Amino acid sequence: MAIFRNDDTPMIDRYRWWEIVLIYLGIFAFLFFLLSPFIEGFLVSLKPLSQLFSSPYTFWPENGSFAAYTNLWKTVPGFARYIFNSFLISTIATSIVLLLVVPASYAFARFHFRGMGLVLAAFLAVSMFSGAVLLIPLFRLMRTLGLLNTYWAMIVPGAAFLIPSAIWLLRTYMMRIPAELNEAAYMDGASQFYTFRRVILPIAMPGIIVVAIVTFIGAYSQQFIFALTFNSKTEYMPLPIGLYAFFGKQDVVWNELMAASFVGILPALVLIFFLQRYLVGGLTAGAVKQ
Amino acid sequence: MNRSRSAMIFAWALLAPAILYVLIIVAWPLVETFRLSFTDASLRKVTNYVGWRNYGRIFNDTFLTVIGRTFVWTFFSVLLKMIIGMCGAVLLNAAVPGRNLFRILTMPPWIVPMAIGIFMWGWMYNGQFGMISGLLQRFGLVDGPVAFLAYGSTAFWATIVTDVWIGVPMVTIYFLAAMQAIPKDLYEAAWTDGASRWTRFRRITLPLMSPAIITMSMLSLIATFNSFDIIWILTRGGPSGETTTMIIDTYQTAIGSKKYGEGAARAVVICIFLSLFCIAYFRITRRLHATEKA
Repeated sequence: MAIFRNDDTPMIDRYRWWEIVLIYLGIFAFLFFLLSPFIEGFLVSLKPLSQLFSSPYTFWPENGSFAAYTNLWKTVPGFARYIFNSFLISTIATSIVLLLVVPASYAFARFHFRGMGLVLAAFLAVSMFSGAVLLIPLFRLMRTLGLLNTYWAMIVPGAAFLIPSAIWLLRTYMMRIPAELNEAAYMDGASQFYTFRRVILPIAMPGIIVVAIVTFIGAYSQQFIFALTFNSKTEYMPLPIGLYAFFGKQDVVWNELMAASFVGILPALVLIFFLQRYLVGGLTAGAVKQ
Repeated sequence: MNRSRSAMIFAWALLAPAILYVLIIVAWPLVETFRLSFTDASLRKVTNYVGWRNYGRIFNDTFLTVIGRTFVWTFFSVLLKMIIGMCGAVLLNAAVPGRNLFRILTMPPWIVPMAIGIFMWGWMYNGQFGMISGLLQRFGLVDGPVAFLAYGSTAFWATIVTDVWIGVPMVTIYFLAAMQAIPKDLYEAAWTDGASRWTRFRRITLPLMSPAIITMSMLSLIATFNSFDIIWILTRGGPSGETTTMIIDTYQTAIGSKKYGEGAARAVVICIFLSLFCIAYFRITRRLHATEKA
């Protein structure tokens, strides 16, 4: 018991032994639900096909190996390209979102002119409509602009739907920057633009970085419907679509598909690990009223 | 006066690029969807206005079934996300060693590329060799292999479970943040008065979290109603249309059969429902803010 409480643990946070057992059982059941596909997926990537396609089901791999991780580069010829495409699309989409959202959030946070509340509500309402609903006109728009089957067909619509949450997050962050800073800069004769550029932007940098990370993760994880509909060129496909073709085949080579999936999610997992401190704060900032 | 005028011009200049972008990529397509819904647009070059014909054509028993199914699917998915998310938040809020690690471990389904998580579920649901069917047989709960995605009723629930799996981490983290914003002294006062853990949860946590719960259910409702990837990857709306929701139905009509006009009419029906949710959401949050200030 001693490990679960020190003398400075508040009385209210002290648990009886059976309460601790229940809490841990609950946490493990909860995490099992959330993580079992990854555990199973990883074990599958280690199993040889002969063991995968045999009954009865076995959980642990027998003579497991990382063979699938080397073979997949041959069975999925464009694999490296797909990962590159995913990164390229997410990076450009994130840059576009930041270019649009940083000035807009500052305007929403600092100025209160007539009509701005309505515009903010309109921005937030964008997230209510998924790309799927607007697919038909977007398809025709992309065709008219000659963007079908290019990277832009996936980047341009994708970025639009990342704007609302980015604005919401960054606006909340910028509202915490004291307005006195603006006043002081104006007193010294600084113009509006100079104040924004030289006073506000440097202070807002940590918030901008969090928004950049959250937007990048969103862009990386939601590459499906636009890439499925607006692009049919193999060389531009992002990872999810590249693997989707592989997934849809009659005989799915499951161990290699799972190995490929793990290589594909590795960047996201590494990001979580390094950035979790910022992430939990960033993802929920503005969610709860202070 | 001059200052505030230049400030106003500056503010709108800052907003202009974002407004323009959203107008072109979201607002204009929205208007265009309404216009197209009154035409017979297809792959052909000529497009004619056909009045209400598309709407007359789509409103039949099949479409009403699809609407009903979408609501049932969404309802159970949101309900399960809220319940499991709340349980997760309570558990992860407990002061036990390792909770920071546990909090990080809830994130992967949310952060990982959605399609890839869904591929993994595709394998788990595999009847002959998948994990769920395999374990159920091991423990003698079912006699033979269960191919979850091959039958309407199981596929319906299988897609819900996967949707819940993707949605739970966000709900959990959000609820956790809301829970931590509740002042500690309330709990201490109740504890001093001898209130049990359950009473403290019922009488303090739940009431004070109701704004967060309502907000999250509304946001989750809208996101779930729009859900496309999960059903498309796992079943494509099958078997025999038993997992076809309104989004899937629209996609099949518009992109699959290239009937843009009729697809647009189906999309308009979705837009109407979404606008109703949206209005409800703004009204509820405004009322919540009003009561908080009072």
